[in-house]
Amino acid sequence: MTQEVTPLPENPIPSSSSPDAALDREATRRTRRSFIGLGLAGLGGVLGWRYLLGRPDADGTPAPFRRVMDANSRLTAAYFRETRLAPEFAKSLAVREVRTNGDAGLQSPLDLATWRLAVQPYGGGNAHEFTLAAIKALPRIEMTTQLKCIEGWSIIVNWAGARFVDFLAQYPLATRSGQPIKDISNLPADLAPYVSLVTPDEEYYVGLDMHSAIHPQTLLCYEINGQPLSLEHGAPLRLVTPLKYGIKHLKRIGTISFADTRPADYWAEQGYDWDSGH
Amino acid sequence: MKKLVEKHPLAIRWFHWVNFPVLALMIWSGLWIYWANDIYRLGWGDTTLYKFFPQSFYDATHLDHKLAQGMAWHFLLMWVFFLNGLLYVLYTLFSGEWRYLLPNRHSVREAIEVTLHDLGLRKTAPLVQKYNGAQRIAYTAVIVMGLGSLLTGLSIYKPTQFGWLTQGLGGYEAARVEHFVLTVGYVLFFIVHVAQVGRAGWNNFRSMVAGFEMEEVPAPAVGAGGPVLTQRQPDASV
Repeated sequence: MTQEVTPLPENPIPSSSSPDAALDREATRRTRRSFIGLGLAGLGGVLGWRYLLGRPDADGTPAPFRRVMDANSRLTAAYFRETRLAPEFAKSLAVREVRTNGDAGLQSPLDLATWRLAVQPYGGGNAHEFTLAAIKALPRIEMTTQLKCIEGWSIIVNWAGARFVDFLAQYPLATRSGQPIKDISNLPADLAPYVSLVTPDEEYYVGLDMHSAIHPQTLLCYEINGQPLSLEHGAPLRLVTPLKYGIKHLKRIGTISFADTRPADYWAEQGYDWDSGH
Repeated sequence: MKKLVEKHPLAIRWFHWVNFPVLALMIWSGLWIYWANDIYRLGWGDTTLYKFFPQSFYDATHLDHKLAQGMAWHFLLMWVFFLNGLLYVLYTLFSGEWRYLLPNRHSVREAIEVTLHDLGLRKTAPLVQKYNGAQRIAYTAVIVMGLGSLLTGLSIYKPTQFGWLTQGLGGYEAARVEHFVLTVGYVLFFIVHVAQVGRAGWNNFRSMVAGFEMEEVPAPAVGAGGPVLTQRQPDASV
């Protein structure tokens, strides 16, 4: 496409030509140039897009797309505040039958009596083991929030469990110094930036940024509708965080650990956004 | 004799032709996302007039099982859609083009006249001007729709951090419906737009590529004028 107009010659009318014919030639010239320009721009667009799609794979998506997802992630992290809460609903709005979607990590046999939550301290050393009773000894938080699936559906669910931030306040395993989180607005300087959750059989694994993990609506959940979790909903303990899509709500937590870089994430390895929420 | 009239500035032609493939890819990747939970329909109660989408549509388009890819495309192209739209709005504001584009007090009446004329129900052709009332309303509405797509999209993308927006739009599920309805709106806009461009003919279509239109003007009374090259004057109706 071109904008410029050829200046009118001093004597614009050749003797053999009418004014209209001269104008027609001018119009044809500009039309040809513009359409060639548009065609080249279109071709450039197609080639550029094909180039992006042909770039090496970065966890299930071409690298440029992964880089943009990660840039979006950094941008939105700057806006993130733990004080912004997901809406809560009346308990009566919660569904009776909670939909299940996927059972990765739940296929191995599980003995609820011998199950322990293993937490690997950020500062190193042996994993600490917790019984369900130890988690239940923390303040019980009940909330009715929307469970949003990355597929697009959402349901309102009544959950109960312990805040992960309360767990870290009681058991200071996420700092190298062993300092507990006392106040969400004044976090220890050596707090791990990432949290990893893995099922006992290590078949399903999820990574969380610490700010999402210590959000007041992020729970180590042991009840739905006041009843202990069923096996298909992640008994005995699962993660719940209305900040994230359901894919991050890891069921049947086996091990929790802390990391300096983004931990492995089951769906983020298959082309999905690592954040998948907020 | 003929006259060559400058119609669309280069910037507007670029914004238009960048937006076309970008919006098309946003809709296409949006369909990949929508497929994963395709629950919307037109109807009431148990009566469904149209399901988005019938199986035949998926069979013909092969847009199934591409949720991750759809989201990846969507979250990259959203920036191009946003920046191109923002630059367009800023350009129209600072160049004064907004004077031709924003509806004015005559636009509704004009739009009715234009519609009746185009449907063959009214003989008198509307006054020829850069954009008639129907166009002013449509081209302004589609920009407002673009803003709507950005806001509803953001409220779905980050529903907790932009909770004020999500709740303001009626909640997460409502925002998703609004985002989808706006997309249907673009498709309807596109159909009417292409039909009208087809009716208006080559001269008009060319002006969105090359920038100018050829006009027939009465020959000057005295002497043989050279080719006439003029800038379109602001409409008398403004």
